[in-house]
Amino acid sequence: MPKKNLSGDGTAAPIDTWWWLSHKGTTTSFLCISLFALLIRSAVSMFPYSGAGTPPKFGDFEAQRHWMEITTNLPAIDWYRNGTHNDLTYWGLDYPPLTAYQSYIHGLLLRFFNPDSVSLFSSRGHESYIGKLLMRWTVLSSDALIFFPAALFFVLVYHRNRAKSQVAWHIAIILLNPCLILIDHGHFQYNCISLGLTLGAIAAVLCGSEVLTCVFFTLALSHKQMSAYFAPAFFSHLLGKCLRRKNPILSLLKLGIAVIVTFVIVWWPYLHSVDDFLMVLSRLAPFERGIYEDYVANFWCTTSILIKWKKLFTTPSLKSISLAATVLASLPSMVHQIFSPSDEGFLYGLLNSSMAFYLFSFQVHEKSILMPFLAATLLALKIPDHFNHLTYYALFSMFPLLCRDNLLLPYLTLHLLFTLIYHSQLPKTKASSFSFTNFPGYVFLLRTHFVISLVLHVVYLTIQPPQKYPFLFDALIMILCFSYFVMFAIYTNYTQWNFSSHFRSVDKEKKQI
Amino acid sequence: MDGDRRHLLLWFFAAATAVKLLLIPSYRSTDFEVHRNWLAITHSLPLSEWYFDETSQWTLDYPPFFAYFERFLSFFARLLDPKIVDLHKGLDYSADSVVYFQRITVIFSDLCLLLGVYRLTRKVETLRRNLICVLVVWSPGLLMVDHVHFQYNGFLLGWLLLSVSFLQDGRDLIGGFLFAVVLCFKHLFAVAAPVYFVYLLRHYCWAGLATGLRRLVALGSVVVAVFAAAFGPFIYNGQIQQVISRMFPFGRGLCHAYWAPNFWVFYIMLDKGLAFTLRKLGFDVQVPSASFTGGLVGDSSPFAVLPQITPLTTFVMVLLAITPCLIKAWKKPQPGLVGRWIAYAYTCGFLFGWHVHEKASLHFTIPLAVVAVQSLEDAKHYFLVSIVSCYSLFPLLYEPQEYPIKVLLLLLHSVVMWLGFTALYSDEKALKKEGGEIKSKFEMGCIEKGYLIGLVLVEIVSQFLHPYFLGDRYAFMPLMLISTYCAVGIMYSWIWQLLKILT
Repeated sequence: MPKKNLSGDGTAAPIDTWWWLSHKGTTTSFLCISLFALLIRSAVSMFPYSGAGTPPKFGDFEAQRHWMEITTNLPAIDWYRNGTHNDLTYWGLDYPPLTAYQSYIHGLLLRFFNPDSVSLFSSRGHESYIGKLLMRWTVLSSDALIFFPAALFFVLVYHRNRAKSQVAWHIAIILLNPCLILIDHGHFQYNCISLGLTLGAIAAVLCGSEVLTCVFFTLALSHKQMSAYFAPAFFSHLLGKCLRRKNPILSLLKLGIAVIVTFVIVWWPYLHSVDDFLMVLSRLAPFERGIYEDYVANFWCTTSILIKWKKLFTTPSLKSISLAATVLASLPSMVHQIFSPSDEGFLYGLLNSSMAFYLFSFQVHEKSILMPFLAATLLALKIPDHFNHLTYYALFSMFPLLCRDNLLLPYLTLHLLFTLIYHSQLPKTKASSFSFTNFPGYVFLLRTHFVISLVLHVVYLTIQPPQKYPFLFDALIMILCFSYFVMFAIYTNYTQWNFSSHFRSVDKEKKQI
Repeated sequence: MDGDRRHLLLWFFAAATAVKLLLIPSYRSTDFEVHRNWLAITHSLPLSEWYFDETSQWTLDYPPFFAYFERFLSFFARLLDPKIVDLHKGLDYSADSVVYFQRITVIFSDLCLLLGVYRLTRKVETLRRNLICVLVVWSPGLLMVDHVHFQYNGFLLGWLLLSVSFLQDGRDLIGGFLFAVVLCFKHLFAVAAPVYFVYLLRHYCWAGLATGLRRLVALGSVVVAVFAAAFGPFIYNGQIQQVISRMFPFGRGLCHAYWAPNFWVFYIMLDKGLAFTLRKLGFDVQVPSASFTGGLVGDSSPFAVLPQITPLTTFVMVLLAITPCLIKAWKKPQPGLVGRWIAYAYTCGFLFGWHVHEKASLHFTIPLAVVAVQSLEDAKHYFLVSIVSCYSLFPLLYEPQEYPIKVLLLLLHSVVMWLGFTALYSDEKALKKEGGEIKSKFEMGCIEKGYLIGLVLVEIVSQFLHPYFLGDRYAFMPLMLISTYCAVGIMYSWIWQLLKILT
């Protein structure tokens, strides 16, 4: 029978309708929800991928296929080098070696079942039913083998000392991450691997095994350099923890060695000469592409409507400016963690540093919203209302990209699915003394944002933009999302600072008792 | 708290709708073109030509109410894209507009199923109600057949469930009326007509001479009115012969191309086995010229050794199988048991019928879902039969793109069923403790577990081992293996249901 919570004030709390789902323990409900998550991913995989049927360049799908072609046909040292067989201008590799190794393994699989899709040169622009299916299955398997176990690890560690009533909801929020599903299984990418490794690193931090953290995070960085969005949080938290130990230098040394050993093992083919190493690095940081591309909801792109950054400054100086801005933006959260590291604060730190990078970094893509969004899913129980809005605007910021990929139906469906899951069991939050909702005009601001976004959805789909400003609607969407992200970032940064003072006051109370 | 329970039902429906929307670009069978053609026929031609038109090979072979339903839908189809309803230009039309339109009509028509479930579970307690909802609205078989393969079973089963709900409430006249409506949508549902007839006669009309006669007349006139509304125009036009011949095409063989897992699979295997042994022993056994899936070729039988089976034989066998249930219904007509009896009738129809599609297993698994939460034995039985019937539907979706989807649907359904049933039948004493493992009375027996594991083995053999070792040779073997193995499970279900009804 479902348990009824009878609180002392006489009002009966709502009957736990999902009791039957989680009564057999966390792992079983995780299994159930992960089956559903895999089903949704398989269904989204049936939709078109990026660049489907658009020669000559196609899109990310063709890029990944091309990398499989290169890695299975050439020796490792040639993968990043411009050569007769490897034309770097046609989707050259621009992720670190772990992506290349992963492409190699998947390429072997493709070669076994469908050799035409990865044969050197002749497979350029190869599109077929079985080719698409095999590629989609490589993403699905990577997700199931890396992201899902990491999520289970995280959930087990995070919820070990909490009430079990919210576990299923949290698992569903993490696994049914709409942005990740649409990008990885729709648009086509392998973010699940780097995000899964990062998630594993985060779980290891909560577990207390810091060496494992370093190993996982280095692997994540070696898969996608964008994982560096989380680097300040990891660095500051681990530094803060080491400084509190008896022998800080020894702890730091242990962690440093773990990082270096992992790094050397992964980058081994490229460490034989400085030139090789620099060759790879130059591919990872394509500064010549400019401070922003397309319309992404970050600071540089949004303010470029008023301040033409690209015209006022040169690229090297823009590099330094954006670096300074990013460091400044992530400084408060870093400082907080160095001086008072805590598990909860660490999770906020992840969110704040990745958001700071998203807003101020160089060459940010719309897909990079995945990083702050992952951190937000981990904190979903603590900031449910804000998380709800963030999901909406994160998806909306990717809306033009998804429309170009003909993924409108999955976009709308995943919105619906997320709303259903979010409202299936609203988490109870304690009313904090500083509540954004108390801030005058906040609710009004939020409502106007929402109404404008609905209008923009319809306008973008139905009306043709004026000839003079062909990207007018993209720009409007970008401005709207940017303004929400800024509000969100202010809130989370403030919460993290507040957290330490609350923490300290709780400590003081404990001492007094 | 009625608003709350309605919200939850809508929640389940919305979650299922999300999955259905994502299934829109999946594989479509020829049934998709069939229904599109019916949209075209009912829209472009006058009523007098609906059952005569042969522009396309997919002629109208459902009763008139379904034709009127297609006519209603065709109005919206024409607004969206006139080519959909064009009789000649729309042939094999597969643009986005028609795919989205037809798929969305199936999703909308599932509201009927939701209504049926809502009405049936109004008086059931929370956990059971949620479980029934999950089992019916999220039924993997329904998702695979309706939303991938393409059919309107959810819509039709909704009407059936509504009819059962009214019978369970004791409102027999409306129940009978709704069943007559269902019959005029799809005549395949007529298998349960004997049960309805006997039950309504005994329960509704057996109430003293005057009242009984009055009720009998009322019931009769309601049924006649429904049939008149459906077939009236065609009787007026003198076309009833053509309509009947379209609805009952006995030119088809005993078995469908994919053998449905019913009794005849064993009969055919036995025949082949006997023929083989007898030939080895030296007897002269002729190889039959007719096939099982083709039509009746004159008087020749597709069976080498055993006696021939005719449509009449199957009809008699079905009736014989239903008889114990009819006797029970006559002796003691209880509203609470109607669902069981109807499910039993459809099981018999599935097992012994003529030219049965494996899709017909939905006709008994959906009503059984409502019965499954009534006792521990029912739950165990349903666990087995729903997995077997869902697995038997796998050959319908034979393309590799849908493979992960159908496997995941079945696995998810099994896990959810297991969680739901263990929660429903958990040990009361253990619940008082917070944390720790909660023991449940829901435990499958060894044979059942073995059978289900065998299902996994059958899948591995038919899907992976057979193509790897034998390639394209003996292509019929995997299908035969699946049919036979599932037929065992469905026979077990029939016997179990029969025993349950008799005791």
